[in-house]
Amino acid sequence: MITDFEILETIRMFQEQHLDVRTITMGINLMDCSTASAETTCQRIYDKICKKAENLVKTGEDISREYQIPIIHKRISVTPISIVAASSGVSDYTCFAHALDRAAKACGVNFIGGFSALVQKGYTESDIRLIESIPESLATTDFVCSSVNLATSRTGINMDAVRDMGRIIKRTAELTADRDAIGCAKLVVFANAPEDNPFMAGAFLGPGEPECVINVGISGPGVIKSALETVRGQDLGVVAETIKRAAFKITRVGELVAREASSRLNVPFGIIDLSLAPTPVVGDSIARILEEFGLESCGAWGTTAALAMLNDAMKKGGTMASSFVGGLSGAFIPVSEDEGMIAAAASGALTLEKLEAMTCVCSVGLDMVAIPGNTSAEIISGIIADEMAVGTFNNKTTAVRIIPTPGKDVGDFVEFGGLLGSAPIIRVNPASCAEFIHRGGRVPAPIHSMRN
Amino acid sequence: MGKMDQHTAVVTVVGQDTIGIIARVSAILSENQVNIKDITQTILEDIFTMIMIVDLEKSTQDIKTIGGQLEQLGNDMGLSIRIQHSGLFNAMHRI
Repeated sequence: MITDFEILETIRMFQEQHLDVRTITMGINLMDCSTASAETTCQRIYDKICKKAENLVKTGEDISREYQIPIIHKRISVTPISIVAASSGVSDYTCFAHALDRAAKACGVNFIGGFSALVQKGYTESDIRLIESIPESLATTDFVCSSVNLATSRTGINMDAVRDMGRIIKRTAELTADRDAIGCAKLVVFANAPEDNPFMAGAFLGPGEPECVINVGISGPGVIKSALETVRGQDLGVVAETIKRAAFKITRVGELVAREASSRLNVPFGIIDLSLAPTPVVGDSIARILEEFGLESCGAWGTTAALAMLNDAMKKGGTMASSFVGGLSGAFIPVSEDEGMIAAAASGALTLEKLEAMTCVCSVGLDMVAIPGNTSAEIISGIIADEMAVGTFNNKTTAVRIIPTPGKDVGDFVEFGGLLGSAPIIRVNPASCAEFIHRGGRVPAPIHSMRN
Repeated sequence: MGKMDQHTAVVTVVGQDTIGIIARVSAILSENQVNIKDITQTILEDIFTMIMIVDLEKSTQDIKTIGGQLEQLGNDMGLSIRIQHSGLFNAMHRI
């Protein structure tokens, strides 16, 4: 027995509060596509993706219409290409990115993730070839996303890779300078990267994952914001309870879509990613939720505490709603993709240092942050090193997706369009960390990695 | 309100109250052999809200097609009309 009130509440969530399922992501194993010829491997990659994901987009659209649930993205994640391409005998891996891009276009998805390498403890030769191919690959494809895992709590931080990724990010920005360095929006580095994450740019199908799997990412900042508007002035226990209740409902929508997609596509259901993912649309912002806690602007003192509570209450409500929760699962704080974050960064209330503090208590990290184009590769590596340390030493995922936009400086804006949004260039502390970065080597794993 | 199962769907109509809303929505449902099991309606601050619980078991069309027809009617009458599988509401509101 569902009451009229409950039905109307649901309708309002979709119509007025921008509730949607952010993505249905199909993970596809490509390990069996590996051959000694790059050309044959590319063909196999293309064929396998097109076969497995043939009905992905149509199925997503059908579910969306039958339940009247907006499903924004249909996407694909694949086995890290550094593994798939290892025996291909070529040094330039751009051809594999092109194969992924062609397959994405043939299937009608809008992103494909997995031009990736896992190098937390060291490089294989194939990892190096992949990483060196990232700038050209992202500059010459439309839908390919790339990620590199640089650190885990179990192994420590690969500082050689941290150093190299600073340079690779700079180069990617330069090669896409004519489009506000959009290549960097498709490139993310991780500590403790989840292997079942459905969200881009960091989605890939980890080596422990099944042959093919459906992972679903939910959203719904507008629903949380509207729920909190009903409890203004009440104490924080009430706030936490309100978030939990709303998170439960949002997650159940995701679970329903995931189960339905899994059964129609005859592909196992993997996980629900309980993330609050914003968009640049007004009313779909994480920053505005934090402000609803009672802050003048996101970035004000109190922001980290509010975010910690939001993130925790989301998880508590969400885990009640689904037994299979994974991926990143928490609040995202991408600057360019969140209307309130953009406003806070533009007004100066939100700084890079405050964002770093916020990443200690939310699910990702420094995400979609535009910085001056003249920032050195070493400083970018320093920013990455700090984020990797936050993740590694606190047993959580952190990431850096940063955009050093050529020719732009503090006060300028970058425009990516669509869901990638726009962002003000944010100030970077110019003090040098070059000597530290050039030491190289590994940061040893933290003491609490020894759990055996 | 009736029992919810896989053939049960929820039709909601939200908008400005005008003459003939129920008649025209019901006409589309009856043309498609969709049985109406329950109707409730209220007017809150001049906003007309109608909820129908319908049974699609004998329906001659699938829910997407009926949804398209209702959406068209909604556009003609300046209302928001949608039909959704009841599973959505069960998932969100029941443990």
